[in-house]
Amino acid sequence: MADQAATCEAFAAELPRWIAKGDFQSLIDRLWELGYRVIGPTIIQSAIGYDELRRVDELPRGWTEQQSAGSYRLVQRSDGAWFGFNVGPHSWKRYLFPPQSVVARAERQGDWWQLHDVPDDEPAFAFLGVRACELAAIAIQDRVFLNEHHTDPTYQRRRERALLIAVNCTQAAPTCFCTSMGTGPQCSAGFDLAITETADGFTLEVGSERGAAVIEGLPIRQATADESAVAETERARAEEQISKRLDTTDIRNLLLGNLDHARWDDVARRCLSCTNCTLVCPTCFCHSVTDVTALDDGSIDRVRQWDSCFNAQFSYIHGGVIRADVRARYRQWLTHKLASWIDQFETSGCVGCGRCITWCPVGIDLTEEVAAIREVPS
Amino acid sequence: MSSAVTSGVAIAANPWLAQPARIAALTQEVAGVATYHLRFVDPEVNAAYRFRAGQFNMIYLPGVGEVAIGVSTGGVRTGGVAGPTPRTDAAAAEGPTWDHTVRVAGQVTTALSRLGVGGTLGLRGPYGSVWPLDEFVGKDVLLVAGGTGLASLRSAIYELLNNRDRYASVRLLYGARSPDTLLYASEYPAWIDAGMEIQTTVDRAAAGWTGPVGVVPQLQSRLRPWAPERTAMICCGPEVMIRFAVRAALARGLNERQIWVSMERNMQCAVGLCGHCQLGPQMICKTGPVVRLDAIEPYLAVEGL
Ligand code: SF4
Ligand code: SF4
Repeated sequence: MADQAATCEAFAAELPRWIAKGDFQSLIDRLWELGYRVIGPTIIQSAIGYDELRRVDELPRGWTEQQSAGSYRLVQRSDGAWFGFNVGPHSWKRYLFPPQSVVARAERQGDWWQLHDVPDDEPAFAFLGVRACELAAIAIQDRVFLNEHHTDPTYQRRRERALLIAVNCTQAAPTCFCTSMGTGPQCSAGFDLAITETADGFTLEVGSERGAAVIEGLPIRQATADESAVAETERARAEEQISKRLDTTDIRNLLLGNLDHARWDDVARRCLSCTNCTLVCPTCFCHSVTDVTALDDGSIDRVRQWDSCFNAQFSYIHGGVIRADVRARYRQWLTHKLASWIDQFETSGCVGCGRCITWCPVGIDLTEEVAAIREVPS
Repeated sequence: MSSAVTSGVAIAANPWLAQPARIAALTQEVAGVATYHLRFVDPEVNAAYRFRAGQFNMIYLPGVGEVAIGVSTGGVRTGGVAGPTPRTDAAAAEGPTWDHTVRVAGQVTTALSRLGVGGTLGLRGPYGSVWPLDEFVGKDVLLVAGGTGLASLRSAIYELLNNRDRYASVRLLYGARSPDTLLYASEYPAWIDAGMEIQTTVDRAAAGWTGPVGVVPQLQSRLRPWAPERTAMICCGPEVMIRFAVRAALARGLNERQIWVSMERNMQCAVGLCGHCQLGPQMICKTGPVVRLDAIEPYLAVEGL
């Protein structure tokens, strides 16, 4: 959102502030008082996911994850850090573009059906703990759902009311490659508030008027030069730890110019077409709409659900499927994400969060697939 | 301070709200293909509706689903070629109908085929790009169609013929499986009278068929007179047929900026959003269905894209 970026710049000149860990609960309380539904990281089924958050002790304090291709494991940290992890299987997409929602309801009226809006009664969200790559993912979905061709009312309503509290990464997983995609690890724009964790507190940057209003009157003071310097060191560590790279040079033409590359056959032998990568991806937006009839009054809900280009039925048309094999489907996914997304939305569809690498049951790593094609173009 | 939560921005209209429409009349075209002459239930909506040749609507059958169907003609026709709609509909005074030629091929179209005159459904649109007929003024316009693909050209045909003097020539090359599957055959005499040249071909002849047997590209290669520099070609049909028709046209000296095709893809949302209809970088529902060849040519040849 351009205006949000502009306000961020206006606030960037300000010195960072400071909130002690002991006072952090007051921020969460304030958000609830203001009517926000606070969503933040918490441990869900042996992974760090995003769910409703009321108390700081629901944060995964003292936990981190070990991620690698095809594997994710929670482990305890020695330092008790509150945000000492990166990203898990959830993304904020599940709140702005819910996995399932009713886009319209059809009701009988005489001998025809009238379609109605089904009001979205979800309160405004406050997202606590948005990583830099995730801010970028939200900005990408803004282009998908809020553009000159089309504005999606559900997304728009939720997005415009959402308060984004970003957290700067102070470590990076081996699957992270935000530096290659130009999205992180430092949060630079698109947030209302951004925090950096240090041992006893957080430095805090204000990115918007809305963010400034939220913290009014809370126990927050200017950060000292020392506190700012420590936060800077913490942030630098994330950047140093990033080891994964994706060479994006001319990537659109590289991929679209190699649609018959032998590597697609190779990856098709490994890929299970399980759809995991598309579900964990913070930018994948493909969906299907199906009708569900209510048993009580016979009304019909048009239900939108996440779909995936890895589902065989996805490219169904008039009695046939266009992308019948896994090779065609993996190729569709990768070329869409990294190449044709640029044609459609003037941005890559990849933010470098590495979720698709971690959550692929067979450990397929898109950076390796691209590298293989780059190495020997056909 | 609770104002922090509210936003002053107006929320966009819901694009999913199809408008109720009724089947005003029904024309059985060929086996498995019918034209539905639809009219919105709300007279104001019906009067305000506009589309341009090449665009499509989403037809919604509650409880079944939606399908994208090109508007095959419709609207108030003033003068020119007589409207193709056999108006058994006594209530033509109720306003124009919007015609959709549908082949029974999936759940929604099967359910649609069970509805008769008077049946109701939902309609939203129009969506998609148009045949750029204004760019063809003064040119030889070549229409190439296969099977039910002719439906996507029908509104263009009427528009071309209603302004026939603006074009140097208007020619249709049309191929179908067999003589009895030639779409809109009863309208050909009127099209010819209005100044269109028609050549048809079939894969399999039947008793009484005196025309050629073969595929459309064979007609293309024999077409005379031929002035590639002032020809514009528009094409719709099965994807394989489009590929061969395009190849034949390029072989006869047309370039990629003189050829427009209309692609069929699984379209669900019709607003460039659900992702179902992609062909290479194009989302067919948003940049298509009508696209100039240079936008998709590299992807047309790739199996399964
Ligand atoms: S990709 Fe970058 S911004 Fe995202 S979690 Fe990893 S280090 Fe943080
Ligand atoms: S790449 Fe991996 S995660 Fe994606 S569909 Fe294939 S097996 Fe599943």
